[in-house]
Amino acid sequence: MAFSRRNFLKYAAMSAGGAVLADTPFISAEARAKAEGGNVKYVPTSCEMCFWKCGAVAKVVDGKVVKLEGNPFHPQSRGKLCARGQAGIGQLYDEDRLKHPMILDGPRGEGKYRKASWDEALTLVAEKMKAIAEKHGPEAIAMMSHGSPGDYFTNVLKAMGSRNIAFPSFAQCKGIRDVAWELTFGHKPGSSCERVDMENSRVIVLLGTHLGENMHNSQNQEFAEAVSRGAKIICVDPRYSTAASKSAFWLPIKPGTDTALLLAWINIVISEELYDKEYVEKYTVGFDEVKEAVAEYTPEWAAQETELPMRQIVEAVRELCRYAPNVVVHPGRHYSWYGNDTQRARAVAILNALLGTWGRKGGMWLPAKAKFASFNDGNPAYPEASKPPVIKGNFPFAGGEGVTQALRDTTINGKPYPIKAWLVAGTNLMKSLPDQRLTREAIDGLDFFVAIDLFPTETVMLADVILPECTYLERHDGLFKIKTREAGVAIRQPAVEPMYETKPAWWIGSELCKKLGLKEYAVKGDGMDAWEDRMRRQAEAWGVDFEQLSKHTGYVTIPDSEKPYITEDNPPVFGTFSEKIELYSEELEGEGFDPVPQYEPVEQPPKNMFRLIYGRSPVHTFSRTINTQWLWELHKENEVWLNKKEAERLGIKNGQYVVLENQDGIRCNRIKVKATERIRQDCVYMVHGFGHNAPRLSRANKSGADDQQLISKYIEDPITGGTGMRVNFVKIIKEA
Amino acid sequence: MPRYAMVIDQSRCIGCMACVVACKRENDVPPENYRTRVLEIVQGTYPTLTTEMRSELCNHCDNAPCVSICPTGASHHEEDGTVQIDRKKCVGCKACITSCPYNVRYINEEHGYADKCSFCQHRLREGKKPACVATCVGGSRIFGDLDDPESEVSKILRRVGHRVLKKEVGTGPNIYYINQYPKRA
Ligand code: SF4
Ligand code: SF4
Ligand code: SF4
Repeated sequence: MAFSRRNFLKYAAMSAGGAVLADTPFISAEARAKAEGGNVKYVPTSCEMCFWKCGAVAKVVDGKVVKLEGNPFHPQSRGKLCARGQAGIGQLYDEDRLKHPMILDGPRGEGKYRKASWDEALTLVAEKMKAIAEKHGPEAIAMMSHGSPGDYFTNVLKAMGSRNIAFPSFAQCKGIRDVAWELTFGHKPGSSCERVDMENSRVIVLLGTHLGENMHNSQNQEFAEAVSRGAKIICVDPRYSTAASKSAFWLPIKPGTDTALLLAWINIVISEELYDKEYVEKYTVGFDEVKEAVAEYTPEWAAQETELPMRQIVEAVRELCRYAPNVVVHPGRHYSWYGNDTQRARAVAILNALLGTWGRKGGMWLPAKAKFASFNDGNPAYPEASKPPVIKGNFPFAGGEGVTQALRDTTINGKPYPIKAWLVAGTNLMKSLPDQRLTREAIDGLDFFVAIDLFPTETVMLADVILPECTYLERHDGLFKIKTREAGVAIRQPAVEPMYETKPAWWIGSELCKKLGLKEYAVKGDGMDAWEDRMRRQAEAWGVDFEQLSKHTGYVTIPDSEKPYITEDNPPVFGTFSEKIELYSEELEGEGFDPVPQYEPVEQPPKNMFRLIYGRSPVHTFSRTINTQWLWELHKENEVWLNKKEAERLGIKNGQYVVLENQDGIRCNRIKVKATERIRQDCVYMVHGFGHNAPRLSRANKSGADDQQLISKYIEDPITGGTGMRVNFVKIIKEA
Repeated sequence: MPRYAMVIDQSRCIGCMACVVACKRENDVPPENYRTRVLEIVQGTYPTLTTEMRSELCNHCDNAPCVSICPTGASHHEEDGTVQIDRKKCVGCKACITSCPYNVRYINEEHGYADKCSFCQHRLREGKKPACVATCVGGSRIFGDLDDPESEVSKILRRVGHRVLKKEVGTGPNIYYINQYPKRA
């Protein structure tokens, strides 16, 4: 279902009829406001409570945002917002926001700051950055970021000559998966969203993917649609998740053994000749090698390894094959589990290829066909990097988004050159990187640390200078290229003026360029309209109507870009060396890695300890939203899920507070036990992001326990540098 | 006159709580109070478990005990079949709260009146669906007019089996629960 002209007409018809209740508040934001009269304004924009970036419409009355609703035209929201999207107003009006620039006034970490003007703060940042670049070279300045502010500071660093820029979304999340799919298909499994055609799937396999709890709006809409159409869900998860509760097959797998299951499935698909022969013949290379390599992975063996009944393993995959190719093995998202994760993602990709799901209805849709004219607004090319960046560590397939912990390592050990300053925008590194001791050590050794953020998080409160960004409801960003089944363009624009002395990140980045003597990289023109003017030029370059975006629909479709399935005149294009799907990867082989995934067992918890696994709450985005009114109210603290029998054995009651201690003797805040049948006996589970150690977050501080604190051990994936974080074991200590 | 009702397809509910937050925002529901909630009721023993996702809110009952017990006439039926509270008449005596078998009412402590789900009457008047329905990510909440045989709710209730909560207490609820997908294999 695409939101293009036909939907526009549909909504127009709905509202003309009058009697029909519309799901959606508007046809055109401007027209809707006019019809309602008074002081009402509707502003189409893009949500940033998470990074799905749904289209949202802000209702503004007398200069206050009173309601947010989903934009019906935007394919990521389809007229709806999730709980977090609905609660965006809570972020905007949160009293705990950073309100003005601050300069550290005392030792780092003690949290003593003095208020500063923007001019003073930016002058200081520029001076420090210049001094460090002169003394050590520009590469001594590194940046880490998440979300929209990243672009503006990437610009600053590149203009200075540093390429030491990394995003936790790579090594701590989905980068591993992207690399594996690029090696196999020559494409990531999606950019704006995973290209899964769940709406039309007959069978959907989820491996540790918690749809429902992992709230990506349109994807969950399609999942619910699939469930209600009777699609069979095969859910592989040690925990009975919400998605598991919707499934025909719940496979409560032993943690860390997913690759064993996948390889056995591939073996069954091949040996029982259930794969798509024509498709494999036409589009893939390396089938025979795969066949040979997986022959040893029998269902009997997998049953032992995974602790799943053999019958279940076999029946599930046969069910999957029965409906192929209108099925999908979901590529997943958060992938940094065990340190051998690229190969697990490769196995998922190979299984999809054998079933012929790529480019098939109900499988993976083909990338939208659209070219956007390149647009850099006449800024000059960046200077060459002063020295090769260290963001790829020793990982041959680390992607351009960079390996954050490689930057951290270099910061600590100074090899191969010193890193002396960090610029951190929109990410709480203490909570996104494993081993907080190292993050703290790196920060303590810095000559200069500047944070750009919305809230006084534990990371922000270690910075020398804090620059307060305004929220997404107060700023321009983008324009955003949105690639779903169709390509489109979406806008972010302010619903209200920035509050306090906060500023949009584009302005902060641009002013910093000017102060650094790099005016040619700054946004053209002065004043707060400069970015909007740039957006207009960008819209023109891309051939989209800016007025339509900003005043009416907030999203426009690129015509004829939607060609989701393979047809005779729409053949798939694979961006691999062979231009085919590489079941056997010569690229991996060339770097000394297994060209076909092989199984490597992972370390098991010692007696009386549990493996710590973690996941998501549908009402929170990592640690970013715990403090947000309504969301905090709904989910104030996390619980540790413990199998009921284990709880009985340990004499722990449901609801009792305990403390977890990991293999390194690190203890977390107290946390409530959820004694439940919904989890295996060998692991415990908690929602990530809680347990802030940030006194200025009045609600979130000390609420619940911090999984990241207990993740003091991590194993790096040798292919991509992804940090396997499900390798920590905890014991449960009953609180005195 | 319309006769409003909600159908809840429990199979489609993914427990995302978008409805709950949308409702709080739309209706300025005070902290720690809710007009709607979503329960995840899990039964069985590992690994044979089942789940019921159950959205609860005011049932806008035909025979509403909260209306009959209300000493001031603040709680009343409107012509569209919904149960509403006239805030000016409400004295905050809590009789309605104790009489409701569904535990969906609360006292707005700041203003002293009883409150609950209004089916977003103000939105209905503007031709909009209730806030929780409009944003329901799973498409689980379906709203409409039972007097219109062509409405989605009428069609669904003609076609598929449904139930109401606590039928035995005879309140005549207008929230209908369906479970449209086949049970697990
Ligand atoms: S999924 Fe939710 S938080 Fe994320 S962009 Fe969409 S509405 Fe916002
Ligand atoms: S109908 Fe309106 S008041 Fe009732 S639960 Fe839904 S959003 Fe809340
Ligand atoms: S919004 Fe819909 S899917 Fe989400 S919890 Fe509420 S009823 Fe369920």
